[in-house]
Amino acid sequence: MIRIGEKQLTEIRRHGIQDYPYECCGLLLGRYADGRKFVSETYPISNAREESAKRNRFLITPDELLRGERYAREHDLEVVGFYHSHPDSPAVPSQYDLEHAWPTYSYIIVSTSADEARDLFSWEQEPDRSRFNQEEIQCQ
Amino acid sequence: MPVTIAIPAPLRQFAGGQSQITVEAKTAGEALDLLTSTHTALRRHLFNDQNVLRNFVNVYLNDEDIRHASGPATPVKDGDTIMIVPSIAGGAVVESEVSQTLPELSHEEILRYSRHLIMPEVGMQGQRKLKAASVLMIGTGGLGAPVGMYLAAAGVGRIGIVDFDVVEESNLQRQIIHGTKDLGRRKIESARDRLRDINPHIEIETHESRLTSHNAMQLFRNYDIIVDGTDNFPTRYLVNDACVLSKKPNVYGSIFRFEGQASVFWAEKGACYRCLYPEPPPAGLVPSCAEGGVLGVLPGIVGAIQANETIKIILGADDLLINRLLLFDAWPMKFREFKLRKDPKCPVCGENPTITKLIDYEEFCGVAPHQLPPADPKLEEISATELNARRLRGDKLQIIDVREPHEFEIARIPGTKLIPLGHVVTRMNEIDQNVETIVHCKGGVRSAKAIEALKRAGFAGRLINLKGGITAWSEDVDPRVAKY
Repeated sequence: MIRIGEKQLTEIRRHGIQDYPYECCGLLLGRYADGRKFVSETYPISNAREESAKRNRFLITPDELLRGERYAREHDLEVVGFYHSHPDSPAVPSQYDLEHAWPTYSYIIVSTSADEARDLFSWEQEPDRSRFNQEEIQCQ
Repeated sequence: MPVTIAIPAPLRQFAGGQSQITVEAKTAGEALDLLTSTHTALRRHLFNDQNVLRNFVNVYLNDEDIRHASGPATPVKDGDTIMIVPSIAGGAVVESEVSQTLPELSHEEILRYSRHLIMPEVGMQGQRKLKAASVLMIGTGGLGAPVGMYLAAAGVGRIGIVDFDVVEESNLQRQIIHGTKDLGRRKIESARDRLRDINPHIEIETHESRLTSHNAMQLFRNYDIIVDGTDNFPTRYLVNDACVLSKKPNVYGSIFRFEGQASVFWAEKGACYRCLYPEPPPAGLVPSCAEGGVLGVLPGIVGAIQANETIKIILGADDLLINRLLLFDAWPMKFREFKLRKDPKCPVCGENPTITKLIDYEEFCGVAPHQLPPADPKLEEISATELNARRLRGDKLQIIDVREPHEFEIARIPGTKLIPLGHVVTRMNEIDQNVETIVHCKGGVRSAKAIEALKRAGFAGRLINLKGGITAWSEDVDPRVAKY
């Protein structure tokens, strides 16, 4: 289960529309407690990279993640997950997403079009890496 | 050495809840092996089934990615810290939807294409796209040879080839799809056999015909991409217009002597060939490779670029040669690039096109097939056999050869004088105006020009063009004179 504020959800949706037709991405910063995740901030990363690198590539490089983690530590937070958008496609993780994920983290995906954000779901990887399970989002 | 491994928060549940673990190791790889042998559940999140670090998992020794040092063999010192940092992947959702309609790969195909499959830019999806794709090659000559061979090897599922020629000796210096054993065979058959040998998993369709305004649209309909490997202007404009009208990409290449060009003309996304060259050059101005020569390896390079762009189009890559004209010069070994722009006034792909169906391209380019030089009613001609007969009769004649010295070295008609076309006017005084003068070159085009230039310069004597040049002489009079 992930708890996240309406404000942060709005930020994710807005980021997705803004970066359409490309994917947006960012970090979810907060805390782990009682097997749950509590998001208190979004940390947008994307997406000033080469057009060609925007497709089928890593959205967040380890350097960017380290920078985000440093910022999180300074604010006494942790990286609890990531968000990214799927332009014109469902908010469902792909096989590729599955192979490039770790359990415990929350992976929020928002489906976007040119002028609106549609579905927004959160996903968590099964500990044996076999699949993603949809995760309950509790909006604060 | 005791080193500390920081366990990322999401993986702590697989490491007994600890946020850092200290191990004794000499290298970063050894440290990770020790870590995952005590905490076995961690291993699958860091390593794949082949025991290789997963490609999104990055290992930092202090502040440096070990991939930039010596990888797992990077030595560690007392007090070092190892951090495990994931990269976050995205994309590929659209791919997975597309993938449902793509053909599957057999085990043999997976083995064959393994060097493609392990690159994320191709991968299983990309290879299946290649298998689902169809490409029509116009011509199996210098350019078509590497195009066909690389596309077949890459696993393009269906390749169509159009040609009507037979394999000749002079083709083999560059048309590596054909071999010495194929001399005299139809090119499409020779090419088909070679492509089948390279890759038996693909379909090859042969079309033995000249590409014309009548058959082009019908032929193009069945293919995704057209690759232009032609050597003449009428066919080049025909390919362009038919691609524009059928909304297909035209992967263009051309070669001459040491210079080549390549581009992707795709009216849906950018400029077409007519945006670049609205009109063909006057007939005869630009010599063909048969007249001007071509370095054998040049079509290999340009054709390989065409194959490269074709594969990129199929894979959905960005950065195609759209709106870009690539120029290559093999002699100084230089590539240059020009930006192209779609011309809103382009007669075929512009806003108000005047060409809405295929036209007569021979007429458009000012050439009638097999009628060289362009008919000049005042040009006096003689055939090789007639010339031979007159020489045997002892008629007083002089024969001027206007080819280049290096051609003269290859073959010559006995008893001729060499004055290359470029010097014929300045050296006019070396030609006796009181004797009938026969002018010849390789095929009859340059000699016709020489006669015209001489007449314009005021040459008063009688000038006669040898029809078919030294080639006709070799064919009809003296086969000991080499053909080239």
